[in-house]
Amino acid sequence: MGNGYAGKFLEVDLTNEKILETRFDEEVLRQYIGGRALACKILWDRLGAKWETVDPLGPENIFLALTGPMTGFYPGARICISGKSPQSNGIVGSTVGGEFAVELKCAGYDGVIVTGKAKHPVYIFIKDEEVEIRDARHLWGKDGKQTVRLINKEVIAELESERPRKRLWREPGIIYIGPAGENMSRIAAVVQKWTHGAGYGGYGGVMGSKNLKAIVVKGTGPLPDPSDYEKVKELIDKVVEYRLMQDGMRRWGTGSAGYSVGADLSSEPIRNWQEEWHDRKEYGVDEFERKVWLKRYWGDYGCPTTCLKVASVLRGPLKGAITDNPDYELQAYLGTNLGIFEPEDNVYLASISDDLGFCGIQLGNVLGFAAELYQRGILTKEDLGFELKWGDTKAFGRLAEMIARREGIGDILAEGTYRAALKIEKMKGVDVLKYAVHVKGIAVGAHGIRSGLDYPPLIAYACNVQGGDHTSVSGLSPEEGGGELSWGFMDSAVICGFNTIRPYEIIWEFFRAVTGWNTTMEDWNTTMGPRMLAIQRAVLLIGGPDVRWDPRVDDDNPPRFYEPLPSGPKAGQAADREEVQRKKKEWFNSLGWDELGIPTSETLKKLGLEDVDRALDPIRERYGVS
Amino acid sequence: MPSSQTEPIWIARDFYNCSGCRMCEVVCTLHHEGRIWPEASRIRVFMLIPTLEIPHLCAQCHDYPCVEACPTEPKALSVDDITGAVIVDRELCISCGQCIEACPGDVPFLHPGDNKATICDLCGGDPECVKICQKGKWNALWLAKRSPSINYKLYAENPSKIVKDMAFRLYREKAEELI
Repeated sequence: MGNGYAGKFLEVDLTNEKILETRFDEEVLRQYIGGRALACKILWDRLGAKWETVDPLGPENIFLALTGPMTGFYPGARICISGKSPQSNGIVGSTVGGEFAVELKCAGYDGVIVTGKAKHPVYIFIKDEEVEIRDARHLWGKDGKQTVRLINKEVIAELESERPRKRLWREPGIIYIGPAGENMSRIAAVVQKWTHGAGYGGYGGVMGSKNLKAIVVKGTGPLPDPSDYEKVKELIDKVVEYRLMQDGMRRWGTGSAGYSVGADLSSEPIRNWQEEWHDRKEYGVDEFERKVWLKRYWGDYGCPTTCLKVASVLRGPLKGAITDNPDYELQAYLGTNLGIFEPEDNVYLASISDDLGFCGIQLGNVLGFAAELYQRGILTKEDLGFELKWGDTKAFGRLAEMIARREGIGDILAEGTYRAALKIEKMKGVDVLKYAVHVKGIAVGAHGIRSGLDYPPLIAYACNVQGGDHTSVSGLSPEEGGGELSWGFMDSAVICGFNTIRPYEIIWEFFRAVTGWNTTMEDWNTTMGPRMLAIQRAVLLIGGPDVRWDPRVDDDNPPRFYEPLPSGPKAGQAADREEVQRKKKEWFNSLGWDELGIPTSETLKKLGLEDVDRALDPIRERYGVS
Repeated sequence: MPSSQTEPIWIARDFYNCSGCRMCEVVCTLHHEGRIWPEASRIRVFMLIPTLEIPHLCAQCHDYPCVEACPTEPKALSVDDITGAVIVDRELCISCGQCIEACPGDVPFLHPGDNKATICDLCGGDPECVKICQKGKWNALWLAKRSPSINYKLYAENPSKIVKDMAFRLYREKAEELI
């Protein structure tokens, strides 16, 4: 029997139009699972020595779409997207749900490694062993829904021309970018199925920089063999049984949080995080359910939870918008963060974000940032071309379009909140970085830390190797399935964090049944996980070429989190600077990193990362630590 | 519905309830193939337009055009006298694909492994896909007694036609841009 891997990776060099197969030794796959951990290995091996000079949006960057050994077996399929991030200039493992991952494995590949840059827009087409780089000039400029429509039409027509005819062909799996990615916005996502985005990291822009519109795959084989299919079947049943009992998550997804996280936890971004509490019952999940949900359950391959809901606006001036729930993150970022508390308006903006191919979190963050600058008179009607008042849905939609096309001020905002702030500071000569709610170039997810009532700890983002990522947060114990080590594993294996089971150890039992390896959760938490985090931390410290993070300054919360909450039951509360410093040291220490968060030589040698250790010497020198 | 079936059954379907989770494909192929194999699943969920997922499977037409069209002697395709399912004898099948052409919904397919005609066999009367869909409360599939007043052949339909109707019903005029 096998180990859950197909055994080979597809490597496509777009500059030289070369297609190769790459294999990794089983020991490499064992030490770097993945998914995210394997992405770290590939990127470090190939780009580590010149990391500082690699432009994330240049042809020398590598775009990765990697499944993990558990993908397809563990209920609910996702794929991990990675590369050098144009947001953090480090490595982000950004996963996205959909059938693409299963199609890819059934075609016989564990992942796709894309290098170089195509001469003109292309898409990569994979049908089992047959792989082609195809012209995509006719798809360039098309929004998400049109991209899916056109690719489905042409690929199905072609599959149907097969003779003798063997079947009615269905659609392929597709990952693609919208106009935002094409125009190399740093806040563009890699998208599947209209609404699912690998958002954190900004890899939509990386695809755009390579002239890569989409990767399209149809696999007709079975999933590769796991080690023990009987055990895997048993465990699938177990996970499915457990998930089917999770009524709240099944019935409402994260869509109940748009009201509750604000009203009950005081940790929801409102008007660019100026507030985190609201009691707007018209934004309750019951209203979403009645007004906009067309489907009660929507999910990806093999998912028992089906936490997504299909939503549409069927009347009035916003009519024609279609998206999923929206989920909590987008209810917050394309709702409350913009002063919007109407389900239909939220669906409208989420639909625009989907169509243009944005990460809804990064987009909502930069729109909120721009609106706060407008509120403060720093950005004016002249700068924008129109007024940008809180709650003005159409204006935000219009600005999103401008960002995707890089028109006017949109060209600056397309760089994401942090880089836009740097440019606007220069332009206006005033400090606007204090309004930028990001960590290391990545907008912070919609779970604040000031109230102390929500799950992210004080250092959730400050120390996070994935910046503002709200899933893989720092400071939580991995034993119960939280924090960077657990999410790092889930992003490596690759499974969905919304399909977990308790006790969490069952997921490891599942992993062993698939791989046949005797790896334990402890092995991961003490060796493979820390090794992955050490590489992510190292490349973040090296950074470049356009940004360099200073751990003395940048391993911190956005300034806003130190302002007292102005409203709600937790009014007056803010993050405590001393407590943050104390927790930070504890966290770094737990990983064998020094006080500045530089992994020590001893730690790196123990993890077998001697070359990473050497590469960090100049960093140590820079900050005067030995 | 008992697992020992004594009368013809039908897998009723409501596409609007389908979550697109494809749990039906997972259990179908674990049951029939002993492994997860999307393109070998006897029930295949078509997603020609995302959000509009359509489980595609045999409708057991009253006149069984696929069986009629099967050219081998004896026929590779036959009808189970209890459940009414189309049964394929893989030894006899010559992979000619005539059953696919004869089916008004293009439901049968040649198996991606052995290239033989492959059709839902109703799991002998206790279909796995129905069980999981019911267990998960999606209710896109359920088991019904066959009724003489229904023409089940109407349900042997190409998903590319079904999806248009669904798009207009759910998304109204917006559907023009999606199909």
